Amino acid sequence: MIQELYRKEYGKMVTVICSRFGIAYIDEAEDIVSDTFLSAAETWGMNGIPSNPVAWLYAVARNNALNYLKHDKVFQRRVKKDLVQDSQRSFEMDIDLSDQNITDSQLRMLFAICHPSIPVEAQISLALRVLCGFTIDEIAQALLTSKGNINKRLFRAKDKLRTEDKEIAFPNDSEISARLDTVLLCLYLLFNEGYYSANPDKVLRKDFCLEAMRLTWLLVNHPPTAIPRVYALMALMCFQASRFDARISDSGELVLYEDQDISRWDQELIDRGGSFFVKASGMGEVSKYHLEAAIAWWHTHKADERVKWENILRLYNQLLMLEYSPMAALNRAYAFFRVYGREKAIAEAEGLQQLSGNLFYHSLLGELYTGVDDEKARRHILRALELAGSPEERAVLEKKLNGHCSKKENHGKPG
Amino acid sequence: MKEFALIFRTSTDNEFKPSPAQMQDILTSWTNWMGGIAAKNRLIDKGTRLGIAGSKTLAPGNVVTDGPYTEIKEFINGVMYIRAENIDEAVELAKGCPMLNGGGKVEIRPLVTSDNFS
Repeated sequence: MIQELYRKEYGKMVTVICSRFGIAYIDEAEDIVSDTFLSAAETWGMNGIPSNPVAWLYAVARNNALNYLKHDKVFQRRVKKDLVQDSQRSFEMDIDLSDQNITDSQLRMLFAICHPSIPVEAQISLALRVLCGFTIDEIAQALLTSKGNINKRLFRAKDKLRTEDKEIAFPNDSEISARLDTVLLCLYLLFNEGYYSANPDKVLRKDFCLEAMRLTWLLVNHPPTAIPRVYALMALMCFQASRFDARISDSGELVLYEDQDISRWDQELIDRGGSFFVKASGMGEVSKYHLEAAIAWWHTHKADERVKWENILRLYNQLLMLEYSPMAALNRAYAFFRVYGREKAIAEAEGLQQLSGNLFYHSLLGELYTGVDDEKARRHILRALELAGSPEERAVLEKKLNGHCSKKENHGKPG
Repeated sequence: MKEFALIFRTSTDNEFKPSPAQMQDILTSWTNWMGGIAAKNRLIDKGTRLGIAGSKTLAPGNVVTDGPYTEIKEFINGVMYIRAENIDEAVELAKGCPMLNGGGKVEIRPLVTSDNFS
């Protein structure tokens, strides 16, 4: 109960209070909200759960915030002075926890966090903590790093926000386009952390994806940011998320695309993605989100295999010409295999020497060499196994290695 | 890492009139070739293809002639920019350029930059 509320409400309350106080008070806002949850745990434990727990939390958080304001000397000096000049009334200030103000505050906070001066991995951690209400433990677990590391990232990022005293305000129209790209990248990576993470906790990973989608949805519904590449990112997330349940088994094991049960693809999400993609198109803009969304669309779609993979290859070519990334280069080589066969794809993949330390480079070559040069295939899969970090990644590779050995036996049999 | 321009040269048009299917093949081979260079993280800029129809050449004395500047029936129809460790790697990357299938040539030229005046 409290855990669910914490996930849903923590970020909302922190952002509203922080928007009101100023970003320099981010730690204080977090403390106030944490205290609120602590008193909820105590009070509800003794008196039972109130009929409207969210309203209870908001009322207590509001009181705690106002109390804090009355007692904080620095804040009094800085803010009260201006207010007192306005009126002779005693200092009053409201904390507005209406839906509209929660949405506005979260949008402003999103832009404040995604400031170009903050490294992108710190932006992601900060968004997960402050906007989405994940605990430090959960963030560390999902990002496969230590709590200490996450704390360090958060500390530095908050310090930066504090010293530069960033105003939590929406960037003006001339800035919005440039700042929006940082925001979109952060949301894109946040989604990918959930979607591609090697962490076995399926529920947590799905929550990451859903939070990234919720925040992107805020941008879609805010007219100044409802522009084609935002729709394209939203479409991409819908298309990808449609396969979430099909690509991870209930035991947390990764199910490869070719082995997925198509009936578990979420058709409703695919359709929603489609309507976002229509809104993303038609303005002549082709961002990397457009290309990735188009690639994802072909993946959600039963089609003639040849046509499908020719299109995916073409889109990966375009994507790479727009912006290089190792994963796109490897996926392009795989698409090349599906269109032109193993031999030609091997030549393409072997050309990617810059990725020879990459797990997926070796698992791809292992796949491509299978049946062409089984010894080489084996060596690449073994190398991939050395590079694999998580038990889930190792499980997929070991299956490959075993399947590969049994295939080899089959080849040896006459007839 | 050095920077190079790939300059595409072809000869004045012959009678080659590709069918739509052939045009699709030409398009696909160009995107595959350029995508391959990009996949190696060697593409700087796709550059531009240069039109032929409707072009003119201006010579000293304001002499204007129709068409692109040609030498021995050969003209430039495009340029793109890549990076490579050295000229040999740049030549390797240029191999496979679909230009070569149609009888054209690819000229590989180092860019003149602040640390390369050659």
